[in-house]
Parts: sequence; C-alpha cells; structure tokens
Amino acid sequence: MASTETEYPVAVENLHKAFGGQQVLNGVSLQVGRGETLAVLGRSGTGKSVLLKLLIGLQKPDSGAVKIHQEDIASLDLPKLNDLRKRIGFLFQQAALYDSLTVEQNVAFPLSRHSSDPPGKQKERVRELLKSVGMEGHGRKMPSEISGGMQKRVGLARALVLDPDILLFDEPTAGLDPITAAEIGDLIVGLQKKHKLTAIVVTHDIRGAKAFADRLVLLRDGKIVAEGSFADLQKSRDEFVTQFVGSLC
Amino acid sequence: MPANETTFAAPAPQESEGTRSGVAVLLAGFFEWFGEVGAFFARLARAMVRPPYEWKELLHQCDAVGSLSLPLVALAGAATGVVLSMETRDSLTRFGAKSMLPAVIVFSILKESGPVITGLVVSGRVGAGIGAELGSMKVTEQIDAMEASAVDPFRYLVATRVLACVLMMPLLTLAADFFGVLMGWVANNLQDSISLRLFFGNGFKNVDFSDFLPPIVKTTVFGLIIGTVACFEGMRTRGGTEGVGRSTTRSVVLASLFVILADVLLVRLILVLFP
Repeated sequence: MASTETEYPVAVENLHKAFGGQQVLNGVSLQVGRGETLAVLGRSGTGKSVLLKLLIGLQKPDSGAVKIHQEDIASLDLPKLNDLRKRIGFLFQQAALYDSLTVEQNVAFPLSRHSSDPPGKQKERVRELLKSVGMEGHGRKMPSEISGGMQKRVGLARALVLDPDILLFDEPTAGLDPITAAEIGDLIVGLQKKHKLTAIVVTHDIRGAKAFADRLVLLRDGKIVAEGSFADLQKSRDEFVTQFVGSLC
Repeated sequence: MPANETTFAAPAPQESEGTRSGVAVLLAGFFEWFGEVGAFFARLARAMVRPPYEWKELLHQCDAVGSLSLPLVALAGAATGVVLSMETRDSLTRFGAKSMLPAVIVFSILKESGPVITGLVVSGRVGAGIGAELGSMKVTEQIDAMEASAVDPFRYLVATRVLACVLMMPLLTLAADFFGVLMGWVANNLQDSISLRLFFGNGFKNVDFSDFLPPIVKTTVFGLIIGTVACFEGMRTRGGTEGVGRSTTRSVVLASLFVILADVLLVRLILVLFP
C-alpha cells in the first residue's frame, strides 16, 4: 500500500483485533488523506473505539499494520511512539478530563510536559484555545463543575493544545442534547478547516457524520461493509447500509 | 508486554475453569498474578531510572503519603505505646523486673511494633487511596488520555507514588516510634511517677545502631510493597465503579498481607546480618 506522507497521514492495513474469543476487528483497511475528515460509523460494540485506540497505540493489533505518517507504530519504541503521539489529538468519548485538575490545568497538561515555551506563553496558548472552544472564563472550574458538553469542549481544547496534524474523535456528540451536539459538530468542522487537520470521527450519529465528514466508512462485524461519501452510501442497496443511512434519506 | 500498553489484566482463560480443579485454578491465578506484578515492576523500574523525572509530582505525592498519614500513624504509634506499657507492666511486675519496663517498651516499639503498625496503617490509608484513585482514572479513560498526550503514566503516576511510599515510610515510622515511646512513658507515669529523662535514659541505655537502623530501613521495603501493589491493582482496574471497589479492597488486603509476610523474612534477614 502506498501511504505517502503527502497523501495519507493515516493508513491502516488488514487490521485484526480480538478480545478473548470475540473478534472485534476483522481485516480493516483504510486510508485517510491530508486534511480529510473520515467518519467511522457502525452499531455500538463494533470496534469503532478500539480502532481509534489502535491508531494511537493505546492497544496493539493482533495482526495488520497502523501507519501514521508512514511509521508503523507497532515497531516504534515508547519514546518514538510518544513523539508521534504529540502530532495526534484525541478527544475521548467522555472527554476523560483529569478530575483532580482545573479546566485550565487540563488543557495545559500536555503543554507543560512537552513545550519549551515559557509559562506565560503557555498560559496565553491555553487561554486562546479555551476561547476558541467557547470556554473562556471557565478555566478555574473543576471538570465536575461543568456540563458534559462543556467537558467535550475542554477535551477538544486539550486535544488541540500541542498543535497536532491528526485529530481522533471518539463519539464527540454522544450523550449530548441535539443543540449541544450540533454546536460541538460545528466546532469540530470549524477547527478542522481552520487548522487543516486530518480527522477521524468515530460516531453512530449519522446526522453529525453527514455534516462534518468528507467520507464515511461503515463497520459491521469488524469489517468495512461500505465506504464513500454520504451520497454514495445512500445509493447502496445493502440492507444494513440502507437501514443505517435511511433515517436521513 | 509491549512498551506501549499499560493494561495488566489477566489473560482470558484458555480452557473452561470447570474442567480444572479448584486448586489448579487457584495456583494458575497465583502465578499469573506474580508474573504480571513482575512485568509491572520491570516497567516501573525503567520509568524510575530514566529521565525526565517528575520532581513536582513526587513532592506532591510525598505530601499526600507523608503529611496526610502522619496524624493516623502518630495515633496508632501512641496507642501501641500505651497498650504495651499497660500490658507489659503487669507481666514484668510478676517477674520482679518492673525496672526493665522502659527498655522493653523502647525495644518493642523500635524493633517491631513501630515499623509493622506503620506498615499496616499506611497499607490501609495510602493503599486504598492509590488503588481507588488510579482505578477511577483507569475506568474513566484518564490514564489513556495521559498516554495519548505522550505522557508516560508509569513515570507520572506510578513511579512517583511508589517512590513517595518508599521515602515516606521511614519518616512515618520514626514518628510512630516517637509517639509510641512518649505515650509509653505517659501511661507508665500515670501508675508510677518517673521522669521523662529517666524513662528515656533507661529505655535507650542499651539501644545501639543495629537495633535502630535496620528496622527503619526495613520500612522502605514495606513502602515499595504498598506502592507497587496498590498501583498495580489500580492500573489493572476494569468494570466501572464496581471494579474500582474491587481494586481498592485488593490493594489494602494484598498490601497488608505482603507487609506482614515481608516482615517475617526481613526480621530473619536482620537477625542474620546484625546478630
């Protein structure tokens, strides 16, 4: 597979992953182009989140390869893997904010460990990011004092703080009311376009995927059963695909 | 175990547990647990020695382990001193050796009661705290988030907590010893008036270097056990809040158990090295 730096910052080849006796991913291959937003759809428990964790090396595939900027991450030692991780932002499903740190400290955490900028400049960067996600003035609050939607915004700011060129979103709109979900969706689109990021969005929110994804893949039983633009998926005659995208037809 | 995975969960059983005898299952679980702790400890050791070092977080953890445990440890030490004084006084009086009471209290506390009581109190307070905190971070994906941010959780979370336990245990033991001996004198003084100076003079008259230092150094091993077991159990938590509860309980129970077992071995070792 030709996964050149310019064309495909993310390339996955024949990925297999099982937990116990359950095969979660069964030969998944995909490529994501520079600046492209790919939505990974599928029912709950089809391995979408596992795919994201494999992409950032939080889990190891049973077989197959994950190449980020042409580097096979399974072959990297921890320091090199961490160098690569600095170029990837990850928004977790429940935001995964550090509950003993304030909002500001959460966003500053990766920066304080990896940036050589003086503290004043780091604080300025944190304030700027919180403003860009609409969380200005909430920096001193604890994660438990803000709503789920606000936590997602802070998680997004933290994912962007190291200025990554790849963003991974795990169910960014799950558990949010439709208005907040739409706001988060708009925010993702805005930031993705502004920073020209390559993004992979795992979701079962077909409406959101239609709004922010350039291309969609549909997972079923650990395999990709459909791939293409939203219009391509609408044309599919596969019953499962029709059921999945049918609600918006 | 690959360098980039923090999960130390037991592998899925390859065969139905029903087909194996209870003893075999128990033994397999026992060896699996020790194997995983070994792998965990190897990664912990690497994280401890390789820079960059997390000095700020280490100081924070020393405060959490040390100063926050101090009141409880001091109270436990003091209670031990009082009980020792009351119980031993009666026995020594029967044998006409009441004048030996200060020495008996001092030797008991310095050599055994102080270190073990401190070990058990810290196992309970700190072991539960670490197990619950890391367990909660694990199930809410905070540890994954840390790793995704290119921060090694072994260096930031585990190494700092284990080191804090190792460094603080001797200091906490000194506090337990001090309050134990002091309250031993107070309890004794309530029965027979004896000055603090005379009590300490009699008590410490025959204490030498080998009576004092090895038991204090021994507690660094207790700290290593408490920190490692609690961090290991916390980092392998799965199954939501129920899992956090299980990790917390296992942290306390296993840390206490291993402190007691280690004490038996270390006492023997000290007797060999310092006859």
